[in-house]
Amino acid sequence: MYRLLLILTFFIFSVSSAVAGTSAPKDLKDLYFGEALYDAFQGDWFDAISRLDTELAQHYGLDEPKRDRLYYHINQAEFAVGDFELAYRMHQRAGRAITAVIEGNVDEPARNEAIFRLARIYFQKNQPVNALYAVDRIRGAVPEKIRDNLAFLRAQILMANGRFDEAERILKDLQGAKSLEGFSTYNLGIALLKNGKELEGRQYLERTGRINSNDDLTLAIKDKSNLVLGSKMLEEKNFEGAKLVLDRVRLKGPFSNRALLGSGWAGAFQGHFERALVPWSILVTREVTDASVQEAMLAAPYAYGKLNVYSKAALLYASALEKFGIEIDKLDASIKSIREGYFLKALVREELKQDANWVVKLRKLPQTPETYYLLELMASHNFQESLKNYLDLEELRKKLETWKGDLDAFEEIIDQRRAYYQPLLPAMDREFRRLDSQMRLRLEQRDRIEQRLKAMLVVPRPDYLATIKERIISEKVALLERKLTTAGTVVPSGVEARIKRLRGVLHYNIYTDYDRRFTEAYKHLRDLNLEVDHLKKQYNAFVRTRQAATQSYEGYDDVIRRQRFLIQKAREKVGELMARQGHMLETMAVNKLTTRRERLTEFQIKARFAMADSYDRAIRAQAQEKMER
Amino acid sequence: MFCWLKGIILGISIFVLSVAAYAQEISREQIKGLDEQVQEIKSDVLSIAAELNQLEEKLLYPSNTQVSVFVSLVSGETFRLDSVEIQFDGKPVAHHIYTFKELEALQKGGVQRIYTGNIRSGEHDLQVSVIGKSFGGADFNKTERFKIDKGVGPEIVEVSLAAQNITLKDR
Repeated sequence: MYRLLLILTFFIFSVSSAVAGTSAPKDLKDLYFGEALYDAFQGDWFDAISRLDTELAQHYGLDEPKRDRLYYHINQAEFAVGDFELAYRMHQRAGRAITAVIEGNVDEPARNEAIFRLARIYFQKNQPVNALYAVDRIRGAVPEKIRDNLAFLRAQILMANGRFDEAERILKDLQGAKSLEGFSTYNLGIALLKNGKELEGRQYLERTGRINSNDDLTLAIKDKSNLVLGSKMLEEKNFEGAKLVLDRVRLKGPFSNRALLGSGWAGAFQGHFERALVPWSILVTREVTDASVQEAMLAAPYAYGKLNVYSKAALLYASALEKFGIEIDKLDASIKSIREGYFLKALVREELKQDANWVVKLRKLPQTPETYYLLELMASHNFQESLKNYLDLEELRKKLETWKGDLDAFEEIIDQRRAYYQPLLPAMDREFRRLDSQMRLRLEQRDRIEQRLKAMLVVPRPDYLATIKERIISEKVALLERKLTTAGTVVPSGVEARIKRLRGVLHYNIYTDYDRRFTEAYKHLRDLNLEVDHLKKQYNAFVRTRQAATQSYEGYDDVIRRQRFLIQKAREKVGELMARQGHMLETMAVNKLTTRRERLTEFQIKARFAMADSYDRAIRAQAQEKMER
Repeated sequence: MFCWLKGIILGISIFVLSVAAYAQEISREQIKGLDEQVQEIKSDVLSIAAELNQLEEKLLYPSNTQVSVFVSLVSGETFRLDSVEIQFDGKPVAHHIYTFKELEALQKGGVQRIYTGNIRSGEHDLQVSVIGKSFGGADFNKTERFKIDKGVGPEIVEVSLAAQNITLKDR
């Protein structure tokens, strides 16, 4: 089990996807940008991108974007959205976004890191030409943390483009990089071999095969190097050398089965069948689904036969035959389960995503295929990418399903709001109009008073500030005067004097009290202003609430209709793509299982003949023994 | 027997040096073509999501009543945050228990929107309760009360957490 997990870890490491490198700004001004980062730091790329897309759309939709808080982070936000898209494996869109940022105002190290990630995605997606184009755009300062990885990636991309000379130079410079221990040497060996420098290439593979390390991945690449070198020697019939190299592969590493098989054959080809039986005997006790183990199940009895131990050979052939039969049945059931769709159903199960050992868990589920046969396939780049796409599509499907329900809920909310507000609003609007006209009148009055007081600062008008009582008295005095003079009579002097005195008193009071009254009037105006401000606030609050009431149910129909259409269209497209992507995964798995089944069928036929032959030989040997006795 | 042996040797070379045989069955072009279409649909769905975000905000949280509470960690804080509870005017409106991934995202400088809702304009009580463990392993349980003044526009509040205190930043 441990060995199988190691295999998966090793393979998945070699095809691991990009992780975004955006970091939070020291002084975060826009909390919504911080929210997008919060999602991104958890690997929730979809939510991070959609949040940032929304923020960017709102920012650019403003009349004055400079007043928006995102303005402080706009370059970083533009960069981050591209970065997240890369992590979400949307290199086409991310490529465009990052290109825009590259041409914008971004620090050289940050820009180069983004291009590095873009190039890595292209490389992982089997697009070496695009990867090379991207990596060639890196200029100037590169962050220390990615320097070695960038050089290593560049070398891998050059190798994928057949430019082994350049790759060789880069890899030679990387020989001291501790983080790439084993990987740089192994790749250099391969680059040299591909470049026709056979001797030098082998020396580097040999060097990789002798590395001392405690790191699992370094040890795995060491094993791989020994396996490649040993296999080459086996092909060249250098059996002694091959055995020495293959025996260096760890017994518990991800390549141990193949190494044990090869080591056995190296012995067998030299006619040392006892030596061949040592690795093969270890191998036959291992997980029966492994191709090397299955081959060893035929090779071991073959060696016994060569050593004239026919009875043992016959028994081992019989055991192999039985196990092959079981495995063929298992493969048939697996192929059937895949064709019936159980494999895809199992792949999207939520509980599996929570577990690092999900492949092991997967095989334990009912009606799922035997994943041990698919281990290598499932760790391969193409399968991993296809699987990630399938899982991403499943996520999209769920989101679209939820959104469809959300739109139904939105429509219900809108209907309820309409039903509540529509009967209330006409009466409310009538009352509002009445109050509004009153308010306007009072405000006009206030304005006139203010204007008059301002004018009185320049031209004093004490009569304007006469009290009501004084005005009434003045009116009464005037009335008396009119009455006394209406008939053309002369007013008695005593009465006239008294009237004049009354007028004098009034005049005196109004003029001597003018300053105090004027100050008082200003105070009243100031108090009135406070009341008017309060009134205006209430007025504005009412207008806003009134607008909000209408806006709470009007103007959504078109948007919702459009969204519904888009969601429906997207659901159809997602469904179609899921079917195609799922079919691709199933085809990959079925092809793999069919290949293994065909091979097992061949083995079965061979085992059957070999078993019969061994029985014959054993019986003949027994008969001969009896005759001799 | 020799032929059979040769067959097995050929088998070794297939399995020992194999590079995915299935790759011949499904072409790179097929994989690439489908991958491009998956990217396109992702892009389409992201556009829908952005529009829906705006629609949802406008419909459910109009700006005159909208209030959002964000939670952040003070830079360099290493205490373990277990949960946060938010109360408005004495009513619990949000309660969140943090996973390791979420805590790590906060420590990296991410900001969590813990609550979005609607309140009237004017003064309101905001109560923040935090449960966690200090760097030394001691349990802590803090509660702070704040006053917030909801104006005409959306109210955005940041609750900044540290082992020593809880601070409020009215944005």
